[in-house]
Amino acid sequence: MGKIWRVSGPLVIADDMKGSQVYEVVEIGEEGLVGEIVGLEGDRAIIQAHEDTLGLEIGEVVIGTGRILSVELGPGLVGSIYDGLQKSLLALGEDIGPFIKRGVKASALPRDKKWQFIPEVRIGDAVSQGDIIGIVPETNLIEHKIMVPAGIKGTIKEIRKGDYTVEEPVAWVEHDGEVKELTMMQRWPVRKPRPYKQRLDPSGLLTTGMRILDYMFPLALGGKASIPGGFGTGKTVALQQLARWAQTHLNIYVGCGERGNEMADVLYSFRQLKDPNTGRLLQEKEIFLANTSNMPVVAREASIFVGITMAEYFRDMGYDILLVADSTSRWAEAMREMSGRLEEMPGEEGFPSYMGSRLSSFYERAGMVECVGNPERKGSVTVAGAVSPPGADFSEPVTQNTLRIIDALYSLDVSLANKRHFPAISWLTSYSLYVDAVKDWWNERDPGWENTRASALRVLQQEAELEEIVRLVGPEALPESDKLLLLIARMIREDFLQQSAYHEVDTYCVPAKAGLMLKTIMKFYELAQEMLNSGVGIESIRSSPVVYRISRMKDIPNENFEQSVGELWSEMEQIMVNPKH
Amino acid sequence: MDLSSLYVKEGRAISRAKGSLLVAESIPGIKFNEIVDVQLGNGEVKGGQAIDISKEATIVQVFGGVSEVDLARTKIRYKGETLKLPVSVDILGRIFNGMGEPIDGGPRVVAEDYLDINGEPINPTLRQPPAEFIETGISAIDGLNALVRGQKLPIFSGSGLPHNRIVAQIIRQATVKGREERFAIVFAALGISYDDASFFMRNLERTGALERAVAFINTASDPVIERISTPRLALTAAEYLAWKQDMHVLVILTDMTNYCEALRELSSMREEIPSRRGYPGYMYTDLATMYERAGRISQKKGSVTIMPILTMPDDDITHPIPDLTGYITEGQIVLSRNLERKGIYPPIDVFLSLSRMIKEGIGPGKTREDHNNVFMQSYAAYAEGCYLREISTIIGAEALGERDKTYLTNADEFEKKFIAQGEREKRTIEDTLDIAWELFSALPEEDLKLIKEEFIKKYLPKYRG
Ligand SMILES: Nc1ncnc2c1ncn2[C@@H]1O[C@H](COP(=O)(O)OP(=O)(O)O)[C@@H](O)[C@H]1O
Ligand SMILES: [Mg+2]
Repeated sequence: MGKIWRVSGPLVIADDMKGSQVYEVVEIGEEGLVGEIVGLEGDRAIIQAHEDTLGLEIGEVVIGTGRILSVELGPGLVGSIYDGLQKSLLALGEDIGPFIKRGVKASALPRDKKWQFIPEVRIGDAVSQGDIIGIVPETNLIEHKIMVPAGIKGTIKEIRKGDYTVEEPVAWVEHDGEVKELTMMQRWPVRKPRPYKQRLDPSGLLTTGMRILDYMFPLALGGKASIPGGFGTGKTVALQQLARWAQTHLNIYVGCGERGNEMADVLYSFRQLKDPNTGRLLQEKEIFLANTSNMPVVAREASIFVGITMAEYFRDMGYDILLVADSTSRWAEAMREMSGRLEEMPGEEGFPSYMGSRLSSFYERAGMVECVGNPERKGSVTVAGAVSPPGADFSEPVTQNTLRIIDALYSLDVSLANKRHFPAISWLTSYSLYVDAVKDWWNERDPGWENTRASALRVLQQEAELEEIVRLVGPEALPESDKLLLLIARMIREDFLQQSAYHEVDTYCVPAKAGLMLKTIMKFYELAQEMLNSGVGIESIRSSPVVYRISRMKDIPNENFEQSVGELWSEMEQIMVNPKH
Repeated sequence: MDLSSLYVKEGRAISRAKGSLLVAESIPGIKFNEIVDVQLGNGEVKGGQAIDISKEATIVQVFGGVSEVDLARTKIRYKGETLKLPVSVDILGRIFNGMGEPIDGGPRVVAEDYLDINGEPINPTLRQPPAEFIETGISAIDGLNALVRGQKLPIFSGSGLPHNRIVAQIIRQATVKGREERFAIVFAALGISYDDASFFMRNLERTGALERAVAFINTASDPVIERISTPRLALTAAEYLAWKQDMHVLVILTDMTNYCEALRELSSMREEIPSRRGYPGYMYTDLATMYERAGRISQKKGSVTIMPILTMPDDDITHPIPDLTGYITEGQIVLSRNLERKGIYPPIDVFLSLSRMIKEGIGPGKTREDHNNVFMQSYAAYAEGCYLREISTIIGAEALGERDKTYLTNADEFEKKFIAQGEREKRTIEDTLDIAWELFSALPEEDLKLIKEEFIKKYLPKYRG
């Protein structure tokens, strides 16, 4: 048992800490604030406090727990809401009311709840790490696979079907005459990636229901993406949309150093909204981490790792997981805060020199893998992180370090957001390196995808070039063909790319509808060019009722779309090819 | 009242003074970050804070510097506890300084409780998402950037712009539909001039709101360190009124730029590694711990709504003060020097302004069914008009086509009829939406593609008959 020797913000130094280890969790002071040892000098421990140190005194006790900061894994995770250290916020709310007091504890997995355990192996079966020994129907959407934890190997001596808590043994494994009990719960250190058999390339589209992603800048399962943007440009809404609609098995939403009301809104909406594919409530496939900006800074650093560890755990069951983190900048700032207190040599803008490697140690845990254990299975973790650059200046260190790591960039544009063009993802500066990874996926469903996508992007590129001329000579002075191009570009922007998260129908657009929408616009372009060539003026093209019909495509529900668009095409061919009729 | 009588313990043996920092021997019982009194050799007493405590030394930051310290005779007096505000409903109608002491000549508050001025984070799972529309009577706010109860919505202004008049108008006019509930106003003056502070106080008095207001005043001439505690005292009072007394509290903090300057000053004296432009790296978190005290809580009747005012240095919205604020608050109302020059009051730049809570506050049953569509379409039309205005400065308006000219005129009309209004004019939300529809009349109907067809048939003046 040690004693506080020094307090300086989140930095606490304690004496008499012989026998402690680095990364061990300690309890500080009378209130038992959670801290983590980050360094040892003789029997003096350097501790980062994950809770507010205000009011601590010299000489208060510091107790080592002998445990490394780790995550509890097992049934009960899905639908839970945790703080950055995996305390259950729902449990805390019940215990102590609406204000979070320091030092209070709440375990991550409920200890009293019984889960139905259904064995998948039999007595006498040989098992080792990662093997699935049974399943628990955790929610209607998630079948929780109970896996053999690391370091255990042997033959099943006994296994019990029935209802158990996470602490009660469900199986006994014998090895060299020694018998070990297995429960449904295991622990994993937050900063250590979980192992896999083999890493695979990201592949297949992670369907998001957002047209500019799915069709233009696709994200692949197992990929890593970043969404940088100034305040108010739509980072949070974009991540919320991903967490809502992504067609994965499970999503993890990490709110890191952001707003409480936003978390409340997310939590509320996930209790109302249904997954478009299964019709079940979204919270049945979601885990939330809420470490809001007014909660202690240091826990932000842990929260991201807590989230990614849970993601890997579900990946290991053979699932596709999406983790969104809002915002990684607040995470990096937590590192800066601690590093400053430790008087480490500051790098750019005061960030520690290891910020880049810490960022990649997070993003690198994304990926598609062949999981450890039997039966053979594949799983993936896809990561999308928001970056909040000061002054919306992308040259700052967090954005720049992130760009070196990620393979899909959704760059948010302040001027689009100001005009309320949402999502304000710039079509000129965003990119995805997953186009090849999703090519097969798209080609099976929409053979023209690559071409349509490329021609639409080309139109937008040409618009940007024409824009400079327009500013000099005005739009009226352009040749008719350029005026048409500007009209088409506008249609692509407003009638295709623009997609309100709050529109009852348009909030989620299935890829098939997205494809047909863009094809319709490109078909219109083709027909309009023919009309121009046959001497019809741009004005009558622009005022064609078809233009209006196209602008209303978003309102058509996913289910009726194919039929409605079929009608639109025949109308288009009729009035556009024979304008006189 | 002599505050030092409250300080029960003393520490001596100051070994070093460096800038504003005093290094004393280890002081048993002193709490990390507590506010202390430093009695200098000449008897003068200054405020300070224990910013680093250890068995070897206690570092106290002395507010106002320690150049004339006579080390041998300097004493540090401390209470062994952090700053607390005495509260009871009697704080209503009272005026306090930045240490929470009354400065209106009235008696001390008989405390029902003593609350730590730093508050405690609200558990996000027990927050109630804000949803009640506050009608301010100002179209640019109600129509396009609606304020809701429990929101934190700052005003980003520039020196000389009429932010004080706008806030005064909001205080005068703000109502929540169909409700007669207890409300209160908490006002914190942070390093502003005495005149500006008394402008607010007079305004509260004139509208009869004074007896439902609590003021914490730290003017430009008051101690800088108290600028750090002033907004926290105000928020503590607001929380007490909202969560213990079931009141709907509007907190006005002005000018937060002065607060941030004070924070920077203290940080640089501590020789901390600065982040952008000399502001400390923790400024985001520091501001967030205050602004996050806004909200609603399930099972509780009251609410805390925060409206901070800040002046953007050089009118620059990317400056760290407005920038970090915008990253924390739920939107911002931005004032424009350009509109002000055109004679438009209130000069609200609707593009830079944003209310992140608008969707929670508007719609059927709250404002009107067409509100959301009108809001989106107004932005689209005004953005188009402003873009054409920009182009036409080079090529001349004559060079535009007919459709473009319509949009150009529409943008001017939008500024004159929708954004501009009288300082005493209180528009209902229906008035505001109808003005927008009037303006849509001038546009080609097929361009109204962000509005549901049924609303066009219902609200467009030509169909209304
Ligand atoms: N996809 C979208 N659809 C509709 N509105 C959006 C969308 N994205 C952003 N917005 C609007 O912009 C505001 C700010 O978005 P938000 O995601 O909170 O920004 P950030 O997290 O980048 O600060 C939202 O409150 C909303 O009004
Ligand atoms: Mg955000």
